[in-house]
Amino acid sequence: MDNTYELNVTVNGTSYQETVDPRTLLSDFLRDGLGLTGTHVGCEHGVCGACTVLLNGEPVRSCLIFAPQVQGQEIMTVEGLGTVDDMHPLQEAFREAHALQCGFCTPGILTTLLPWLEENPNPTEDEIREAISGNLCRCTGYQHIIDAVKLAAEQMN
Amino acid sequence: MKPAPFKYYAPHSIPEVLDLLNEHGYDAKILAGGQSLVPMMNFRLVQPAVLVDINFIPELSYIETHDKGVRLGAMVRHSQAEKDTLIKEHAPLIHETMPQIATVQIRNRGTIGGSLAHADPSAELVVVSTALEAQFKIQNQKGERLIPASEFFVGLLMTSMEPEDLLVEVQIPPLPSGSGWSLKEVARRPHDFALMGVAAILTLDKKEICTEARMVYLSAGDGPISAPEAANMLIGNKITNELITAAADKAAADEIDPGSDIHATAEFRRHLANVLTRRALEEALQRAKDEK
Amino acid sequence: MTYKVIGKRVRRVEDPRLLTGGALFVGDVNLPDMLHAAFVRSDYAHAKIISIDTSSAKEIPGVVGVYTAEDMGEAWEPGPPLVSPPPSLEGVTFNSCRQVPLVKDKVKHAGEIIAVVVAESRYIAEDAVEEVYVDYEPLPAVTDLEKCLEPGHTLVHDELDSNLAAHLVQNKGDYEAAKKEADLVIKRKFKLDRGAAAAMENRGIVVDWDQKNQHLMVWDATQSPIPIRNGLAGRLGLRTHQVRVVAPFVGGGFGPKIMMFYAEEMVLPWLTMKLNRPVKWIEDRKENFYATTQEREQVQEVEMALSKEGRILGIRQNIIHDTGAYDPYGLTIPLNTQSHSMGPYDIKNYSSELSVVFTNKIITTPVRGAGRPQGIYIVERMLDIACRELELDSRDVRRLNFIKPDQFPYDHEIIDQAFTNLVFDSGNYQPAYDKAIEKIEYDKFINEDQPRLRAEGKYVGIGVVPFIETTGVGPYEGARVAIEPSGKISAATGVGTQGQSHMTSFAQIIAEQLSVEVEDISLVSGDTAEIHWGTGTFASRGAVVAGNAVLAAASDVRKKVLKLASKILETPEDELELEGGQVRVADIPDKSISLGELAVLANPFRGAVEPGTEPGLESTKYFGPAYGATAFGVHGMILEVDPETMMIKIHKYVTVEDCGTMLNPLVVEGQIHGGVSMGIGNAYYEKLHFDENGQLQNASLADYLIVGATEMPHIEVYHQNTPAPNNKLGTKGVGEAGAIPVPAAFAQALENALPNYDLEITETPLSPNRLFELLYRQED
Repeated sequence: MDNTYELNVTVNGTSYQETVDPRTLLSDFLRDGLGLTGTHVGCEHGVCGACTVLLNGEPVRSCLIFAPQVQGQEIMTVEGLGTVDDMHPLQEAFREAHALQCGFCTPGILTTLLPWLEENPNPTEDEIREAISGNLCRCTGYQHIIDAVKLAAEQMN
Repeated sequence: MKPAPFKYYAPHSIPEVLDLLNEHGYDAKILAGGQSLVPMMNFRLVQPAVLVDINFIPELSYIETHDKGVRLGAMVRHSQAEKDTLIKEHAPLIHETMPQIATVQIRNRGTIGGSLAHADPSAELVVVSTALEAQFKIQNQKGERLIPASEFFVGLLMTSMEPEDLLVEVQIPPLPSGSGWSLKEVARRPHDFALMGVAAILTLDKKEICTEARMVYLSAGDGPISAPEAANMLIGNKITNELITAAADKAAADEIDPGSDIHATAEFRRHLANVLTRRALEEALQRAKDEK
Repeated sequence: MTYKVIGKRVRRVEDPRLLTGGALFVGDVNLPDMLHAAFVRSDYAHAKIISIDTSSAKEIPGVVGVYTAEDMGEAWEPGPPLVSPPPSLEGVTFNSCRQVPLVKDKVKHAGEIIAVVVAESRYIAEDAVEEVYVDYEPLPAVTDLEKCLEPGHTLVHDELDSNLAAHLVQNKGDYEAAKKEADLVIKRKFKLDRGAAAAMENRGIVVDWDQKNQHLMVWDATQSPIPIRNGLAGRLGLRTHQVRVVAPFVGGGFGPKIMMFYAEEMVLPWLTMKLNRPVKWIEDRKENFYATTQEREQVQEVEMALSKEGRILGIRQNIIHDTGAYDPYGLTIPLNTQSHSMGPYDIKNYSSELSVVFTNKIITTPVRGAGRPQGIYIVERMLDIACRELELDSRDVRRLNFIKPDQFPYDHEIIDQAFTNLVFDSGNYQPAYDKAIEKIEYDKFINEDQPRLRAEGKYVGIGVVPFIETTGVGPYEGARVAIEPSGKISAATGVGTQGQSHMTSFAQIIAEQLSVEVEDISLVSGDTAEIHWGTGTFASRGAVVAGNAVLAAASDVRKKVLKLASKILETPEDELELEGGQVRVADIPDKSISLGELAVLANPFRGAVEPGTEPGLESTKYFGPAYGATAFGVHGMILEVDPETMMIKIHKYVTVEDCGTMLNPLVVEGQIHGGVSMGIGNAYYEKLHFDENGQLQNASLADYLIVGATEMPHIEVYHQNTPAPNNKLGTKGVGEAGAIPVPAAFAQALENALPNYDLEITETPLSPNRLFELLYRQED
């Protein structure tokens, strides 16, 4: 490959140095390049939100970013939120409230909510709906997700 | 839906950007927020040979007061503008517009400059900057110049910039005292592109006579569409409901040129323009009165 | 049974992996040496292929091959029908036309595959797709359901003499006689349009042929792994033990992920066996709109005869149903429509003529509801119209017509999707309806809230619609339950999971039988290596059919446990108890043995066993119902409409559901919520815009509008339990219920909100633009 890029990026606290084709979408870099398949790809045009990750602490669409663009920056994916034996209170709340069915959209919703809950520790139902309005879910009708967020807000305070 | 191959550059200064633009001309596209460009690349609707990524240029992210208004570097992210107190104070219409743009994830990457340079007639900032009579600072290797919004947007997804130009700053002048404003739009889901929208500004003198009126429409033609004739019906008069209705009728019937697509016909768009003009003018009027 | 787990709000065992990014979806499968496929798809809906030039595509570095139908040679073969054509019932016409792997001569829908590129990465494969040049001779596209049957019309399939895919007539009683007795006969035409399932995960398949082991491994985001395994083995000349199909975690199915076969499912296995390398194809969102099946398009003419009290004397109906370019799914959807066109009502006379037509659009196969929403829509709309004309209260008319509890099982004397008589097994409609009316505060709304809000210039309306849902159809499913030496339980069933929580709800059944914790049960669904026989997840049947198989297997294991424990503990079975993974003698807690120890003893390495004993504590059982279980419910909504902007806000949403015994109420509620969100989409947001050339104009999520959190109301779910009489669990399906009545309730509420506009809604979906036209009479 004559058209390559040397990428240095920190993901979930670990530093990586990888050679990439510059047109690689960040979503594919995370999934195929680093094997972090928790971030899912639903549309590749920035609408569904399944690919949402945190870039320098802010939720962004990883399908709309090219890998070289995250040079020297910090990314958090759902794998950085918690483990099976040690889930984050937000993940626990999702389980308690049955806020996921097929689970495909869930990682994008978790990453979207994480910084938002820190800034909005006591949200109303309408505020929660607005907060996840950039994430599409086809299974849950969003209701149990809202229940989960309220539960998480309580636990996290 | 993977993009076609391209050569990627990530310059760290404006002169480097200008060099690259000069070298590659029409082969190059600037990558700012990417929220409009990358979907098009993923669909392979556009296939630029060269991408010039300007996200690593630190000096384009400022927000400052300027001549009683504000000026913003082109790389100010939407989310940054949304939270900014200077904008809230000195450009309240912009402050009100920001949360209506797309979703939070898009706003964290999308930039003011990128949205304006993309010139989508359905983009709120395109219409609001026109209504506010913003000035755009363009830089190229020969120097810099200021272009008013009314001359910047020249067609569907087209600006008056040349391939070697870089938009570096947007200047938002203050509204005259006694002004009220409003942005009204109708969209299928809150963060979708609006089917129709209008930004309205009214200025009243001490006797509540209208001294200035501006209405600029979203999704109403090939660019931001102004309705000066309807606006003129208001200037010099005390604004009544009848006058508002007449202005709305005029703008919707004669001054906008909306197209039809799968989401809305031109007829429905005109109908919405009429309704939204009324509502926007009512709100702008109330705010102008409150501002006194 | 004192240890109760069924019916409890148990949290899911599958969640920790899903929540932490550790669950395997087909897109996550990554094998050494893996290649990637991308498809050259037709832009035209109907065209002859003159030539295909793959030469420049093949030159691109990283491209391994570019293949067309010609390259497939003798391996090229259309797919089998997934649902067998109807057995030769008198008067049924059925022309079977099946989808092909790669197009040979003529493209029959936009998105059909012309060629496949295989490359080292998906990026490179897509570069090569752009370099394949196809010379087409475009033909007029067949898109209009009514016009396409006119003589001389362009044909989708040249070997047939028309675009008719199927025709049948169903009759019950004597409609003509009933009509003569009627005080009111009303007739309307309905247009129901296509929608997509649009699951968040697109389709995908990874195949890996192991030449040395002569074994084909397939990961497929399918709802029916066992039939795929069987079909692939047959197609490829392999034995079933040489093929393993795994449906891993699947990101939503809703119907279209059940097919045998999609073109890609035929092409990929051929490629891996040819190239001796694993091959991966993950559908992208744009492809999903072109290549994954859709549903709902019908045109119906309906006539209803009623008495002046509002009693329905009969219905006559003419349905034209669009099957798209092929009909592998037989008559399932339109037969469902007919099964639901009488709603929950006691109607003695019904005459329905069905014509299924081919068009140059993507194939239709069931999408959540699968033909049922259309039936409920027309019967409820006709009743609403009749109520207006007869000046009767819509609630009284529903109550007057409900099938009464003592009329069950109610034989409708027409055939259903399983080609057996349509029988409603049980029901108790009036209390459910009354409950919905009470919970939505119907009287208060009509008498107080609505008039007050109208006086404030707000247009609010209410709609309440009862419905039935046929569920739990056969043919059968199986389950295997086994106690392992560790004392933990392993189980398997053939119904794959796409979010329905099977791993938990089925585990609850087992947990109750064996008195263990749900967390100690590991249930695999969707792996053909774990269970050999089954059909798949569809038609709201998982809980009923697989659930009852799980119950049978688990209770059989329980019997084996007690029998063996009785021998070991030298105590009669009726003095034994199961608790916490142990078998103990009642009142002598020290005299006990663990399930794990029993499992070891049940599978000796040496020694003799009694003749007729089966080893281990394991059982495999099957369940196949004679006919399905009829679930039912009622949905009510209060909405507000702005008649200037046509924007809608749903203020209140109430559901009463009766799916018999609930396995897990959390899961049932989740299914209802999700179904309602799709129903609201079908009512006001989701429309696939095909132009007259068969081109889809909104093939993206920016333009195909799925409802988000801000569009959804809060949904109240109330339960009623009329147990299903024909299965031990007493359970009925509920997976599709949420979606079924929504468009009908929405239309009723909208008309109720705008009484001055003389609005009569006979189409779905609506949209702000369409509502504008209807209110302001822009057309017709």
